[in-house]
This record gives sequence, C-alpha cells and structure tokens, in this order.
Amino acid sequence: MGILVSLLAVIVLILIVYLGVGVANLQFVFGVIVPYVAMVTFFAGIIYRVMKWASAPVPFRIPTTGGQQKSLPWITAARFDNPYTTAGVIGRIALEVLLFRSLFRNTRVELREGPKLAYYWEKWLWLAALMFHWSFLIILLRHLRLFTDPVPYFVSLLEGIDGFLRVGLQGLFITDILIVAAATYLFIRRVIIPQVRYISLPADYFPLFLILGIVLSGVLMRYFFRVDVTAVKELAMGLVTFSPKVPEEGIGVLFYTHLFLVSVLGAYFPFSKLVHMGGIFLTPTRNLPNNSRAFRHINPWNYPVKVHSYEEYEEEFREKMKKVGLPVEKE
Amino acid sequence: MIRMRDKPYIILGLVIFLGLLAFPFWYNVGKASAAPEPSLDTPAIRQLSQKQCVEARSYMRKSHMQLLNDWRNWVVRDGDRIYVAENGKKYEISLQNSCLQCHSNKAQFCDQCHNYVGVAPDCWTCHIEPEENK
Ligand code: HEC
Ligand code: HEC
Ligand code: HEC
Ligand code: HEM
Repeated sequence: MGILVSLLAVIVLILIVYLGVGVANLQFVFGVIVPYVAMVTFFAGIIYRVMKWASAPVPFRIPTTGGQQKSLPWITAARFDNPYTTAGVIGRIALEVLLFRSLFRNTRVELREGPKLAYYWEKWLWLAALMFHWSFLIILLRHLRLFTDPVPYFVSLLEGIDGFLRVGLQGLFITDILIVAAATYLFIRRVIIPQVRYISLPADYFPLFLILGIVLSGVLMRYFFRVDVTAVKELAMGLVTFSPKVPEEGIGVLFYTHLFLVSVLGAYFPFSKLVHMGGIFLTPTRNLPNNSRAFRHINPWNYPVKVHSYEEYEEEFREKMKKVGLPVEKE
Repeated sequence: MIRMRDKPYIILGLVIFLGLLAFPFWYNVGKASAAPEPSLDTPAIRQLSQKQCVEARSYMRKSHMQLLNDWRNWVVRDGDRIYVAENGKKYEISLQNSCLQCHSNKAQFCDQCHNYVGVAPDCWTCHIEPEENK
C-alpha cells in the first residue's frame, strides 16, 4: 500500500512537470519560482525545527551507552561508547555522523528451535547506508560546478577523482553507480524483510522513490538523453546571483523534472524524517557526556521546595505522640 | 520561559550549517559571471555559404560529446571515416580536420564553454590543437 501510494506520488510529480513545461511552457515557474520557493521553505523549515529542538528542556543526562562507564582508574572506560568528557562526546558524534558507528553494530535476530535466540552478522545495511550518504554528499558537492563561476578547485578535483573511469569520452562517476545500487538495496530491504516491511510507511518509501527519481533523471541526463548543460548553468547562476532568467536556448524537460523533484525534496526535507540530518547532532541520548556520577547536575529550573523535616514534625507533635504511645526520638 | 544552556552553541552550529549551504550565494558575490559566447569568427566558417554545423545547433550544444564519441568509435573500430549528417551532407570524420578546421579558434570556442561549466576534455594530450592557440 505504502509503496504504491509513494510511487504514485512521485509519478504524479513527474507528470506535473511534463504538463507544466512540456505542454504549457511554464519554464519560468519550474525553473525559477518553484526552486526559490523550495529554497525558502527549506531554510525556514530547518531554522524552525532546530530552534524548536533547542528550546526543549534537557534537565538530565540521558545518554544511551554502549560500553564501560568511567569509574575507578584501573577499569578501562569506553571513551566513545560511554563518553564522560566533551571531547568524548564530540568524537562519538563525529564517528556517528561520518561512519555511522552505531549502525555498524546492527545484527540480525532470529528465534530458532529450542527456543533459542540467535544474532547474526549483518553489515549490509551499514554498508549501503554509508555508500548512499557519502555518494549523495559527493554528488551535491560536484554539482557546485553548476552554481559557481569560476569553478573552485576542490570541485574540479572531486570531479576528477570521482570520474576517473570513462564511459565513451565522458567520465563515469563512481558515486552515480554507488548511489543507485545503495538506494535500490535500501528499498529492496524494506520490501523483503517482513519486520521492516511491517513498520515501513509511505513516509519511508516516498523519500526513497523521490531520491531515486532525482538520481535516475540525473543519470539519464548525463549519460543518455543529453540536455544543454551550458544553458543549465546559465539558469543556475541566475538563481544564485538573484538575477534569475530562463536561458534562450531551451533545456529539455528531463532537466526540469530533475530540478522539480529536487525542489520537492528540499521543501519536504524539514518536515519529514529526513531532518535526521540535523537531529543527529541534537539527540540528547547521544550528545551528552555520561558523567552523572562524577558531577552533581542540578535541574536548572528547580524552585525551592518547602520541606517539613521529621525533626520539625516531632517538635510540633511530640506531646500528642507521647500521649498515644508513639515512640519519639527526643524526650 | 525555560532556557537551555546549550542554546548559544546550537545557534552557532545552525549558523555555520546554513552558511555552508549558502556557499553558492556568497561565493559568486562580486564575480561577474557571463554566459559564454563561443566565437564563430574563423576563416573556415567565414567561407561557408550556410553557417551550419555538422548537425543542428541545439543538437551540437547538448550532444557534441556523444557525437565525438561515435565519431571516434566509427573511425577507430570500424574504419569508417565518412559521416553522413541528418541533412545528407557528408563530412570527413576527424576531430582535428573537421571540428577544428571550422572551429580553429579553440580557445575562443570550445574552451569558452568548457571553462564555464568546468570540464577539461583530455583530447589534446594526443590530438593536436590548431596553430592559432599556440
Ligand atoms: C563545416 C564547418 C563546421 C564543422 C565541420 C563543425 N562545425 Fe560546429 N559549428 C559550425 C557553425 C557554422 C556553427 C554555428 C551554427 C549555428 O549558429 O547555427 C557551429 C556551432 C557549433 C556548436 C554550438 C555553438 C553555440 O553556438 O553555442 C558546437 C558545440 C559545435 N559547433 C561543435 C562542433 C564539433 C564538436 C564539431 C566536430 C564534431 C563541429 N562543431 C564541426 C561549423 C562547423
Ligand atoms: C556551447 C558550449 C560548448 C561548446 C562551444 C563546446 N562544448 Fe564541449 N562541452 C560542453 C559542455 C557543457 C560539456 C560538458 C557536459 C557535461 O558536463 O556533461 C562539454 C563536454 C565536452 C566533451 C566531453 C568531456 C567530458 O569530460 O565530459 C568533449 C570531448 C567536448 N565537449 C568537446 C568539444 C570540442 C572539441 C569543442 C569545440 C569544437 C566543444 N566541445 C565545444 C559545451 C560546449
Ligand atoms: C591516448 C591518446 C588519445 C586521446 C587522449 C584521445 N584520442 Fe582520439 N584518437 C587517438 C588515436 C590514436 C586515433 C586514431 C587516429 C586515426 O586513425 O586517424 C584517434 C581518433 C579519434 C577520432 C577519429 C579520427 C580523427 O582523426 O579525429 C576522433 C573523433 C577522436 N579521436 C576524438 C577524441 C576526443 C574527442 C578525445 C578527447 C575526449 C580524444 N579523441 C582523446 C588517440 C587519442
Ligand atoms: C538533491 C540534489 C541533487 C541530486 C541528488 C542530484 C543528482 C544527480 C545525479 C546523480 C546526476 C548524474 C550525474 C552526476 O552525478 O553528476 C545529476 C546530474 C545533473 N544534475 Fe543533479 N542532483 C541534484 C540537484 C540538482 C540541481 C539543483 C540542479 C540544477 C541546476 C541539477 C542539475 C543537474 C544536471 C544539469 C545534471 C547533468 C550533468 C551532466 O550532464 O554532466 N541537479 N544529478
């Protein structure tokens, strides 16, 4: 169900472009207005989300830990899995963001005869996720050649390394292959593992299809049905220098499809599970050092609580207590 | 109103993140970027009665690398040195003796676009550039 709905949604998006640009010639709408609206939505949405997270009170240390806590000097503490210093926390988050360390611990669980619980080696999810995210980042950075003039050296360098294989005369980008393979794996995984399929929602399938749509339209555009890249760069430069114009040389509908899907992704980003990009940094179960036993943490908004100690209580009621025969501490 | 001690750090991180994302917007400030205008002013083109490339201009602009790839394969693999264009005209298949015969101003033509979009075809490590560029 979720799969069909999501697939249909992406197909409808593509149809909108074909009608809008291919039939109604609304190049300015799809080439300028939609991308700007998407950009504003993206930036505003991210700010809104992060500020909302920043205002959430985090009075206690609640890190999830995966190793020995810092205690006596002769017991080796897990510096990153159970961080007790800020440096440890930074290391933990950096490893998490750059290498997906917690995903590396992923295992497959199976209930076998007996009944016996068995855990299996399972690194494919980690590998595919890592390939997917790194490829995505590198592709985005490479795209800067369309948004900068002159093209910065690091972009050309990245393009040279990524495209050192050839298909015909052109560079064949390794990241293109990796991202298609990884995204396909991530999709198939959702479909064939029953437990994962059970918890998969349209909100899981839709971003996958959307990104696959973006990637496939980009790949088609580069290797099969060429578009006028010089004109694309004119359009892109117009956008980033705030002097937008649709270039006189027409650009194929395929490009507008690519751009529209990217715009939808950008606008959808802050309001979907994709904000985990920012969320990973603001997760209290990960970004707090586990030092509750070393330092006393006082809840910052504790108000002075009125207490009535037992001593005072006895002082107040001593006579009455004695009368009914209750034991008292002071005679 | 409850205030969190880490808010300044979060805002700092957010500002850095958004600043990095906005890279294309500030990188281009003050740099005049003009769309390339490949020059067609060469002796060979001036002599043409019909100012026409081997194929239609729009096709050349988007697909000349694919055409060059086919050209190379036809010559190197099939030994076929004659290209029959869409309109029936015949051309010798050659990077140096066809493309760069007409477009002998490589620096004002091919390189104009290629510098703009940041591609650097490595053809000229083997093929010879027209004299005018030296
Ligand atoms: C017979 C001479 C001739 C030959 C051979 C030739 N061209 Fe052209 N080319 C032209 C002319 C004339 C134009 C301008 C066409 C127009 O404006 O309609 C042109 C236009 C172009 C354009 C579009 C430039 C623009 O206006 O943005 C490209 C790209 C191009 N040629 C590449 C090539 C390549 C690559 C080859 C070899 C496969 C080649 N040309 C062979 C004469 C030639
Ligand atoms: C109208 C601008 C324009 C002109 C003129 C032009 N090119 Fe290109 N060329 C491009 C663009 C844009 C690309 C890269 C497209 C991409 O990145 O996919 C390209 C790519 C190429 C490639 C493939 C390189 C690669 O790494 O992808 C070759 C080869 C090439 N051009 C040859 C030529 C030659 C030879 C001439 C001159 C006769 C020429 N081009 C003139 C715009 C132009
Ligand atoms: C490693 C050296 C080398 C490189 C680099 C190279 N070529 Fe060639 N190319 C050759 C050789 C050798 C031939 C065969 C020449 C012949 O048989 O006439 C050839 C033939 C061709 C031909 C057909 C024949 C002719 O005279 O042009 C084309 C077109 C061609 N190459 C295009 C390109 C393009 C475009 C590039 C850059 C993307 C390129 N080549 C890069 C070596 C190279
Ligand atoms: C989420 C953002 C984006 C993703 C994931 C993405 C992905 C891709 C991929 C995988 C390709 C194949 C070739 C390559 O890897 O370079 C590609 C090509 C392309 N993309 Fe994107 N893209 C994105 C945003 C954009 C934007 C905003 C533009 C608008 C200018 C754009 C314009 C192009 C063009 C013109 C090509 C063809 C390049 C060529 O032929 O060399 N892309 N894209």
